[in-house]
Amino acid sequence: MSTTASYTVPSEAPAKAAPPAKKAMHPATKSKIIMTVIGWTVSLLVFFPIFWMILTSFKTEVEAVQTPPSLFFHPTVENYAIVQERADYFRFAMNSVVVSLVSTIAALILAVPASYAMAFFPKPRTKDLMLWMLSTKMLPPVGVLVPMYLLWRDLNLLDTRTGLIIIYTLVNLPIVVWMLYTFFKEVPKDILEAGRMDGASPKQELWHLLMPLSLPGIASTALLAIILTWNEAFWSLNLATSQAAPLPTFIASFSSPEGLFWSKLSAASTMAVAPILIFGWMSQRQLVRGLTFGAVK
Amino acid sequence: MSATTNVVADPVASAHVGRKSRRSVNTFPLVAPSVIVLVLWMIVPLAMTLWFSFQRYNLIVPTIQGFAGWENYEYLVTDPALWTAMKNTLLLVGWVLALTVALGVLLAILLDQDFWGRGVARLFVIAPFFIMPTVSALIWKNLLMHPVNGLFAWITSSLGLGRIDWFASLPLTSIIMIVAWQWVPFATLILLTAIQSLDEEQKEAARMDGAGPLAMFWFIILPHLGRAISVVIMIETIFFLSIFAEILVTTAGGPGLASTNLAFLIYQRALLEFDVGSASAGGVIAIILANIVAIFLVRSVARNLDA
Repeated sequence: MSTTASYTVPSEAPAKAAPPAKKAMHPATKSKIIMTVIGWTVSLLVFFPIFWMILTSFKTEVEAVQTPPSLFFHPTVENYAIVQERADYFRFAMNSVVVSLVSTIAALILAVPASYAMAFFPKPRTKDLMLWMLSTKMLPPVGVLVPMYLLWRDLNLLDTRTGLIIIYTLVNLPIVVWMLYTFFKEVPKDILEAGRMDGASPKQELWHLLMPLSLPGIASTALLAIILTWNEAFWSLNLATSQAAPLPTFIASFSSPEGLFWSKLSAASTMAVAPILIFGWMSQRQLVRGLTFGAVK
Repeated sequence: MSATTNVVADPVASAHVGRKSRRSVNTFPLVAPSVIVLVLWMIVPLAMTLWFSFQRYNLIVPTIQGFAGWENYEYLVTDPALWTAMKNTLLLVGWVLALTVALGVLLAILLDQDFWGRGVARLFVIAPFFIMPTVSALIWKNLLMHPVNGLFAWITSSLGLGRIDWFASLPLTSIIMIVAWQWVPFATLILLTAIQSLDEEQKEAARMDGAGPLAMFWFIILPHLGRAISVVIMIETIFFLSIFAEILVTTAGGPGLASTNLAFLIYQRALLEFDVGSASAGGVIAIILANIVAIFLVRSVARNLDA
């Protein structure tokens, strides 16, 4: 049964995917019914704010602020149309897409060779090097906000996509290196050895053997970097306030005077989180392993 | 599969094996680009922050310039705002850590039970982690915690408890609630993975010996979760030390300084008051605080990777 660890990790597949042996041990009993009720009650409670946001986005503004809250109403997509009409939304969304994709690709380009070298040709100081990389994450961004702001101002990078891309590449680099390292470690060594016997150079080994073999790992590393960048708010709120502003800034602008247009706010929020929520759900299984740097099985 | 998932990131162990079986390869050109950009990313702003922190430098009063000595630090340290902000930072980190770990353990155990639709229920539980902080802060602020039209106001007033003006009367508590909601899924996900790696035979043996559910939890599950909990604490602390968006969007640090943490205080000094010198001194203090915390954390991670 020790093998269950590898395929009962949080799974998108419903419970029926559980090993049949387990089912036979616990037939559908009263306790299972009780667990189902508790499990679903708690899960829906945790999910509730998101559900409520989605629900509110289909209400009219009047219905949105009604007390007692209206559960039954004629859904309208008007809010989405209005948010879209502001045209602004797409500029912000476009900034988010470009910044998260490009910075993720840049981080991967830097990290793949480094992780490859550290995973397969470790030197005595490799471990220290990796811990040092991680320690750059410990540096609170607010500690270096002022110089970054002034530097970016002088380099004309303030409020540009390039400026944000550089920052996010650097911010995510340590995590990307660690995750790739973890995934590379799981590639069976025999296959690489065999390639080496056939005379593959390290470069060929990396491109033709390691990359294809660890594609799922690289994909989920990329997904995590995209999610983190998409949701990051500190640098984007401080360094990109208008032209290059991504979605967090767009949403934050609703906090002031327009705060009371709840259903439009909800519609905009739903649009801002939907892509990343779907991404996250798709990759959650791999994310855990990567996020903990393999320290938790 | 189980063998490969059990691999623990440990460069040292593999260095041992590696040196024996591999020809030596010059890895410098492969590793150098990452290291160089990270060194720059660390050293340049850090050096600038240190430099500015000893300067008189205000962006709106450019005539005042020059070496300030410890003036900025004196100004900050004698300013009660700094101590309030530090206290709030630590309260925020401590409470959210406690809440997410405690609730995360409970949720992980719940989601480890066998029930119908468990896979879908899990997706619901982890969803808040993927919501951007500005969105979750606004949703909580308006739809849930609004003193007049919010859902909580309706619930509490229906129960005859009156309406709570969350951000006015319980500002820090409200922010703790929001951040905890965002991060409970993360703790749950990691702890759930750890629980599932627990040996079934060990559980079975404990059950045979007559261990009740409570004894199982205390003597089997909880000790097994030690490493996972330390990983959760380490990663979460990195993020909690610089909580920013949630405060900006909900309370803007107020009322007064009630919900101002170090990150927000420096933001106010730097980008609202344009006081570069004082903000930099605050940045240095934030870095020192983070390093004190980090020393303990990195040690525990290093231990985890050795194990």
